[in-house]
Parts: sequence; C-alpha cells; structure tokens
Amino acid sequence: MKSIVAENLIKTYRNGEVKALDGLNLDVEEGTVLGILGPNGAGKTTTVRVLATLLKPGSGHATVGGIDVIKNPKAVREIIGLSGQYAAVDETLTGWDNLVMFGRLYHLSSNESKTRAEELLKQFSLTDSAKRPIKTYSGGMRRRLDLAASLIIRPKVLFLDEPTTGLDPRGRMEMWTVIENLVKEGVTLLLTTQYLEEADQLADDIAVIDRGKVIARGTSDQLKGQVGGERLEIIVAQSDLTTAQGIIERVTGAKSLVDAGLRKISAPVKDGSQTLIEVIREFDSAKIHALDLAMKRPSLDDVFMSLTGHVAEEVQEEEVSRKKGGRK
Amino acid sequence: MKQFKGLSDALVITKRQLLQLTRVPEVLIFNTIQPVMFVLLFRYVFGGLGAGIPGGYVQLLMPGIFVQTVTFTLAATAQGLAQDMEKGLIDRFRSLPIARSALVVGRTFGDALLNIVVLFVMGIAGYLVGWRPTSGALKIAEGFLMLLFFGYALSWAGIFAGLISKDSRVVANVSFLFTFPLTFLSNAFASTTSMPKPLQYVAEWNPVSTMVAAVRQLYGFHNKFGVTANSYPSQHPIVMSFIYMVVLMAVFIPLSVRRYNRAGDKK
Repeated sequence: MKSIVAENLIKTYRNGEVKALDGLNLDVEEGTVLGILGPNGAGKTTTVRVLATLLKPGSGHATVGGIDVIKNPKAVREIIGLSGQYAAVDETLTGWDNLVMFGRLYHLSSNESKTRAEELLKQFSLTDSAKRPIKTYSGGMRRRLDLAASLIIRPKVLFLDEPTTGLDPRGRMEMWTVIENLVKEGVTLLLTTQYLEEADQLADDIAVIDRGKVIARGTSDQLKGQVGGERLEIIVAQSDLTTAQGIIERVTGAKSLVDAGLRKISAPVKDGSQTLIEVIREFDSAKIHALDLAMKRPSLDDVFMSLTGHVAEEVQEEEVSRKKGGRK
Repeated sequence: MKQFKGLSDALVITKRQLLQLTRVPEVLIFNTIQPVMFVLLFRYVFGGLGAGIPGGYVQLLMPGIFVQTVTFTLAATAQGLAQDMEKGLIDRFRSLPIARSALVVGRTFGDALLNIVVLFVMGIAGYLVGWRPTSGALKIAEGFLMLLFFGYALSWAGIFAGLISKDSRVVANVSFLFTFPLTFLSNAFASTTSMPKPLQYVAEWNPVSTMVAAVRQLYGFHNKFGVTANSYPSQHPIVMSFIYMVVLMAVFIPLSVRRYNRAGDKK
C-alpha cells in the first residue's frame, strides 16, 4: 500500500514567476524510507510543507495514509509527525515542558503526556537535560528533542526536512542512529537532504528533484551507477591544463570535465587506485606537476551533473521565500 | 464539544506562556517595574501641576497610567507572536491536530493574565503614593475589569501586528510608534483643555481618552473635556469605550484569523 502519494503538484509564487513545484509526482510504499535529494531551492521543503498540510498546492492531488491532504488536512495531522529544518520548540522552556505541552496539544491526558515525555526523553538520551531550557542545548540535542516532539502520537508517517543540516559530524551520526532505529519500528519516512551520503545511509529509495520536479528515482546503487562511481580530481598549473586533460581522458577512457577557473579536471574512474597511479606516472613523464590530486566519492553535484548536465543551482531559500512572501 | 476542545488547546498555550514567565522571571519583573516607575515619576515630577484638583494630581494620573500600561502590552503581544512565527515554531503548531485559533487565542489570554498581575502591583504602588478612589469597592472593581477588557481588545491589534511583522526585534518598536503618541495625545497625563483647539478634537476622540475618562468616572473623579465636551464620547465615556473595544475586535480578529491561515504561504 502507498503511504504517500503526490500527483502533479504545482505551486507557484509571484504570479507564476517562481515555480516551487512544477508537476511533482511521488509515491512512498508503507513502511519504507524515501529520501528526497536536491539542492537548496529545488522544492524539497515545499514538497514537505504541502504533504504536511502547511501549504496548499496551486493544483495537483496528494494523499498521506490514504487521506486527502487538501480536503481533509485535520485528519492528516492526526497521523503525521513533522520535524523541520529549524528546531521548532520553545527555547525558553525545558525539554520536559515542551514534550508535555505538545502531548497536551495532541489531546493526551496530563498523565499520558508526562509518561510519553519521559519515554521519549529516554529514547533520545535527553533524560539528563530534561529540566534544562532548550536554549542551553547543543544543536544535536535540539534536533533530537524536535524529533521527539514529532513522535508523541507515534505517527504513521513522518516527515523530516533536512534533519542533519547544520549539525557537526558527531551530531549527524547521532541523528542517523536515532532515525535508523525509528525506521526499524516501521514508520513510513519521507526525508529531504542535500547529502547523497545521507540518503544513501537512511533511504530505501531516492528521488532526485530539481526545479520542482522529480528528475530521477531509484535506489542509491542505481543512482550511483548512473553517476559512475568515484571521480578523479586533479588541479594543475594553467599552462598544463590541456596536456593534463589529454592524459586523463586517455587513461580513464572517459570524458572529463574541466573547470578552467579552478584549473581542475575531473573524470569518472572505475578502478580507483590503479588509475591514480597510472595518471601520476604519465604526468611524471610529461613533466606535469599536479597541485592537488584526489579521489572523490560521488556528491550531490555529480549526481546533478550527470542527470541534468548542469551544476546544482543554489537558490537561497531564504531569499526566495522572502520574495515569495511579498505582502499584498 | 468541539468548541470546548478549541478552548482547552488555547489554555495549553496560555499555560506555556505562564511557564515561560517562571523560567524567565525577568520578563514579569520588568513588565511591572516599568509602569511602577511611571507612577513614581509622574506622581512626583508633575504632581505640582494638580493644584486645585480634589485629592491632587495623582487621582487623575492613576487612571491615565493604568490605561497607558494596558495599551503598551500590545507591543509584548506582538513581539511574542512574531518570535513564534520566525522560529519555525508556528509550523509545528500548524501541523498539530488543533484549532488554528488556539495559538493566538491562547496568547491573548496569557497577556490578559499578565495585565492582571501588573495592574494589581500598580494599584498598590498608586495607593502608596496617595491614590484614593472615592467610589466604593464595586465601582473600583468595575474599573479594573474595564481595563482588562480594553487590554484584551487591544491585544488583538498586537496579534495582527505580530502576524504581519517580518522581524520580532522591530515589531515591538513599531508598536510603540503607534501606542506612544496614542497614549500621550490624550487626557491621560494632562488635561486636553490646555491643548491647541484642533488637537483637542484628536485627543478627545482618541479611544485612550475615552477609556481614561471612563475609568476616572468609575473611580469617582470627573474628567474635564474641552471642545468636544458635548459630544457622545465625552458624555458617555463608559459606553463609548465599549463601542471602541467592539470595533477593535471586529476589525482585528477577522484580519488576524485570515492572516494566520495564510501564514503557511510565506515559504
């Protein structure tokens, strides 16, 4: 059964000038994790906001848990949990206060709210900080508390909008563990991210979106297959650029990309270290000095490059939203 | 039943505000210190102006300062709501299966409770500096109730300001730009009769003046009007104040509800 279905969602701002969603289609099987991968401004957050009933689409159709998000938003809110990019909790209150308050707002009794708050604080290793105001929490702790708040009613469908953006590596790892445990319990999860690595780690299935449309869909292995695995990146002196490019294309047998400004040449490679050694040898005999030399696992940029032929365009969401907001 | 649930949701939000006050007691302290400071300053700086007023200037001053204080709460309402809006907290509230009005209604209740505390403390401060209403306990209670209603009606203007604001740091200042002249262009601290004639019209039709006159009347003091002495607001300040309150709410409640429902479209 499909837990989330979105059909041809369109959302425009500024009288159609900005298309946040441009005919977006999605579906998520019950109990699975879909990762939505895309750069800032691709429409990730807008998608989540439409599905979580915060935003009405201009046109299109969407259901969550079989319930129409446009016709029956209140019933949808009874079964979903949402955790956004910013920790949406009351900073002056303690973790405990927040969870009890949200429990009450989900219409649990006072006692049920307290029991649930205790459980969640324990589950997210926040029991020790339960009585401290949120503003004293670290970034990772805030996100965990925010996630806890979205799980109070044990939602069937959970939306996580960039759950690890802005966290340090340790916070990110902690968050991943927490999310993995949730998934084991069988929740249907839709998660957005800018990191291929994250989608790889957490999602069963990945949808890549660009300019408000899904441009690729598949498992992370399928997508990586399309991107071509690892890439070799070399920076050389300006005068060596052409010669170096020739060598790299010959050794790898693939077409390379050149960023003349950065003097960087990159090309997909199949057997990483072997190719690397060969390139260095050829450079040596051609008397080319490599200024920097690295093997890179595919990034979001690479996925984009191979899927769309253009670099992921960073639209500053803040800016877009401000413009979109344009008061009447 | 549904209505009841909506109300209980709003009360959870009110409770949240009270919890905030216990976590950050400075807010309550400064909210009370400021009006008490005004009482002392005006009482002793301008006290001498009241020669000839029965009971002295302080009898006219206290109703003025009460009204000014509840008017200024508008800024706190606006700022509190604006902060919720910008921290993304509003998204969480909007994704909960609660009445959409709960967040704003809860806040208006919370600010009304805050006004009770502040008015109580000010009443004591006033008593200490010589304020002695002459009308009897019932009338005095009516005066305070009216002040609370007025504060409540105004808080809806604060709600609207908070919802349309783009920056919580600015909204309080902007609110003061409206409420400050509103409270001073009135009879609250100086009699309107000494103002230039055109200004008297403005000041005497000002809802703040009507409110101050109403409260003075309830406390047993007469308010002297200038050019509009024979107009309806001057003749019936209590009824007119209620009319103003109803108009305020009739304008700002629907505006706020509309704005709040569209808040999700901002992003």
